[in-house]
Formats: sequence, structure tokens, C-alpha cells
Amino acid sequence: MTATIERGNATASINPPGDATADKKTPRRRGGFLNSSPGKKAVMAVTGAVMVLFLVLHMAGNLKSFLGAEEFNAYAASLRTLGEPILPHRTLLTVLEIVLAAALVLHMWAAITLARRAGRARPVRYAVRRKSQAGGYAIHAMRYGGTAIFLFLIWHLLDLTFGTVNPAGGSGTPYERLVEGFAPSRWWVTLFYVLAVLAVGLHLRHGLWSAFQSLGQAGRRSYRGLNAFAVTVSVLMVVGFLAVPAGVMAGVIK
Amino acid sequence: MNLTLKIWRQKDPQDRGRMVTYRVEDVSPDMSFLEMLDVLNERLILEGDEPVAFDHDCREGICGMCGMVINGVAHGEQVATTTCQLHMRHFEDNAVITIEPWRAAPFPVVKDLVVDRSSFDRIIQAGGFISVPAGSAPDAHSVPVKKEDADNAFDAATCIACGACVAACPNGSASLFTAAKITHLSLLPQGQPERESRAKAMVEQMDAEGFGGCTNTGECTAVCPKGIPLDTIARMNRDYLRASK
Ligand code: HEM
Ligand code: SF4
Ligand code: FES
Repeated sequence: MTATIERGNATASINPPGDATADKKTPRRRGGFLNSSPGKKAVMAVTGAVMVLFLVLHMAGNLKSFLGAEEFNAYAASLRTLGEPILPHRTLLTVLEIVLAAALVLHMWAAITLARRAGRARPVRYAVRRKSQAGGYAIHAMRYGGTAIFLFLIWHLLDLTFGTVNPAGGSGTPYERLVEGFAPSRWWVTLFYVLAVLAVGLHLRHGLWSAFQSLGQAGRRSYRGLNAFAVTVSVLMVVGFLAVPAGVMAGVIK
Repeated sequence: MNLTLKIWRQKDPQDRGRMVTYRVEDVSPDMSFLEMLDVLNERLILEGDEPVAFDHDCREGICGMCGMVINGVAHGEQVATTTCQLHMRHFEDNAVITIEPWRAAPFPVVKDLVVDRSSFDRIIQAGGFISVPAGSAPDAHSVPVKKEDADNAFDAATCIACGACVAACPNGSASLFTAAKITHLSLLPQGQPERESRAKAMVEQMDAEGFGGCTNTGECTAVCPKGIPLDTIARMNRDYLRASK
């Protein structure tokens, strides 16, 4: 006699008809890579990496303000002539801006859809809420921190890119806008900036190793190294970005 | 020992449920947590009340049936320990202990502390197996396996499907469980032919059941009674991404 084991029935009745638990609807989800949770995380990791690369260059560029107005303004102008004369004026920069904007939109899209999915998966809270068992703090600030970064970004573009809300206005040179932007009378702007930079640091403290994990490139042997990498890069970013307002405050940049 | 218990009581899946406070006296510190609940239940039965329903089977930490959130921590604060292996000596006399069921939409409460974990079964059914001709078992040494791989596969295979990882995850993600099952098979030669299709099918089922995505919080490993490590999730991601190319 041959026993036939039917795959699917091996574990007895699963939500048999009439069973009250069968009423809970399995959420209907569209399939495909971008709707899968690891797929969304991969999108987040790649777009996050694009933004991190940008931030590193951005920070290095900002530090040029310590070299004086001429150097800094020349650097700002050179960004616009990047790729010339092969490419027309401002072509490469515009392309890079589009890539960055796309990365930001996709990153936020993945973050928001995953957060909504998480909310639906955990509709009931525990009566006793204990602090993290894993001892992580950075991870629990990802969503709030990310939102804070986004809000700052809007202000930041209005302030130093378009000059709309900057005392030096859109017609000032980049250096003027920078110095005016961090003027002591606008201490609350500087405070906002400092908080946003700290939020970026915290975001990357978790995000940098998390990205490797999401792309399946982490393992038992690499966690220590990845963590050290994440801490080092985040600290460098925070220090590098805070150096400029500190320089303005101290009168080194004026 | 005397204890105050605050326990989630819920008649059936439709009931809204509430916390009910009980006093349990003369508990021996040598009792397991479940034995302590047995004491309470015996009294409730004698008094004509409905006993507190909870899942359990082996009571030796290997079946994965028992599971409850004790003072906000899945399986209680003792690390690498199932609820049935947790002993009352870890609690103080006159302690107040809050006991809740696993909370996740794909784990609906059946009654009191019992949840329906058949969503896990369906994830296994989607791909947590190897398709081999059922003949006599091959010689153990006919296919060599690296010691490290054998060890890691075995570590992953110790997952008892208790669901604590889901209960502890702020995203309600079943990634640690699914990844443990994927890792266990994908590290061994027998698991190679279906490695990618398995990862894809199991991840898709996990998503379809309504579990959340992983954000690498690590809350799961911290409460896992078997200490399943986070690198299993990296492996799941890798296999899934490869399958999606
Ligand atoms: C604009 C608003 C932003 C929001 C709402 C946001 C939100 C998030 C969230 C929720 C995560 C998931 C954490 C996890 O799953 O482990 C994440 C990951 C990440 N974020 Fe952001 N973020 C934002 C901006 C940024 C920026 C500007 C950068 C770059 C500097 C960045 C870099 C990263 C990286 C590298 C990761 C790790 C990806 C991964 O875990 O796979 N994010 N972000
Ligand atoms: S991974 Fe750990 S916590 Fe999750 S089901 Fe398996 S044994 Fe339980
Ligand atoms: S009853 Fe079997 S693991 Fe606890």
C-alpha cells in the first residue's frame, strides 16, 4: 500500500469553513517585487545609498566655506558648469538633481507603504509596553527621524537653494546666503539645522548597516564591521555638517 | 509566593476581551509558569469559573505551542527560554504579572491567550520542504557538508515556530521565522534545487498573510527562545532578491 501525503492538508484543517477565525480576511495584496516587503526594503537600501553618497559630497563641498568666499562661490559655480563644454550649461547638475529627487520619492514611498503595512499587522497594542529588548534606539527613530529630515529638507531648499526665506535673498551669492542663513539673529534656524543633522546621524547609524542586511550582504562575520562602519560614517557626517554653522558662529566664516 | 495576575480574557474571536485581575497564593518558586497557571485554573474550575485558555504541549521547550507575552516581553524576560521553561523563582513575591496573547493581525485570538498560528503553517506549505523521492534514506556521508554550514543549518532548524518573533516585532513581521526555515534548507545540499523558488514562495506567502516587513529592529532575536540569529534574514533577502532577478 502506498501512502499518499497531500501537500496542503498535512497540517490538518486550516481555517475550515464555518470556523470563526476563517472570517479574518487575509489582506489581498498585489504580488510582484515592488509589493513584496524585501523588495521595498531593497528599494529603500539602494535609494538610501544614493542619498548617502550625495550627502558625503555635499558635506565635503560645504567644508569649502572655510576656504573663503571666493573658493566657495567658485565651487558652487563649478557645480553648474559640471560636464561643460561637452554638455550644455547645468545639464549634469540637473540630471543629478532628478536622480536625487527620484531616490527621495522612492525611499519615502517604500518607508510609508511599509509603515502602513506594519500598522495593519499590529492593530492591537500590548497593555504593558516595555522598552526595546534589542537595546536599539536608532531603529525606533527611523520613521520620525526620516519625517523630520524631510521637513527640514523643504526648509533647507527654500533657505539656501532658492533663497526664498533667506535674508540675503535669491540674488545673493551662495556664500552670502550661507553666512546670512546662520546669522546669530536666526538662531532658531541654526537650531533646526542642528537637530536635522543629528536626525540624519541617527538615521544613518541604523540605516547604513540595515541597507547591507536588506540587500542580503550582511552575515555573522560582518556585523561588527558594518556596525563600526555605520557609527564612523554617521559621526563624520554629523561633525562635518555641524562644522559650518559652528564656523559661522565662531566668526571663522564671515 | 503570592502573586497578582492580570490576564487577558476573551471568550471567542468576536469578543472584545479585557484584562482580568486574579490573586494566586502559595505558588512554589520551583513551579514553571504554566504550572502556576494550572494552579489558578484548578481554583477557577472549583469555583465554577471558566479556566484561562492557553496553548501548551511538550512543556519542555521543544514544541513551540506555549507562548504568551509576560510583562510586555514575549515568553517573559528570561532570555532563550520558552514560557513552559520559565520558572517562578525568577519572579518576586507579591509581584504583579501581566499576561497577554501574541498580538498580530495574522495571529487572531481564538480564546484568552490562545492564538491561531496557522498562517505559519501556510508559509511552510508554500515552500518549507524539499521535494525528494521518498525512498530509503541516503548514507549520511554520501554528500559532504561543510562543518560550518551544518552547524548554521542546525541552528536555524531549531526554530520551534512559536511565533514570539512576530509578537515582539513592532512591525508584526514574520521574517525571523520564515528566514530560519529558509536558511535551514538553503544551507544544505538537499535544499539547493529549490533554493530560489522556495525563498520566493515563502516570502510571498508571508506577505499575503498580512505580516509586516522587516526593519531590522532585532527585537525578534532578542526574545527568540532558540536564539535564531538575524543573519538568517539577510540570507532570506539574498535568496529572495536572486529569485526576483
Ligand atoms: C525624507 C524622508 C525619509 C524618510 C521618511 C526615511 C525613512 C526611512 C525608513 C523608515 C527607513 C527604514 C529603516 C529600516 O527599515 O531599517 C529608512 C532607511 C534608510 N534610510 Fe531613510 N528616510 C528618509 C530620508 C533619508 C535620507 C535623506 C537618507 C540619506 C542620507 C536616508 C538613508 C537611509 C538608508 C541608507 C536606509 C537603510 C535602508 C535599509 O534599511 O535597507 N533616508 N529610511
Ligand atoms: S524564530 Fe524563534 S521566536 Fe520565531 S518562531 Fe522560531 S523559535 Fe519562535
Ligand atoms: S509547551 Fe512545548 S515549547 Fe512550551
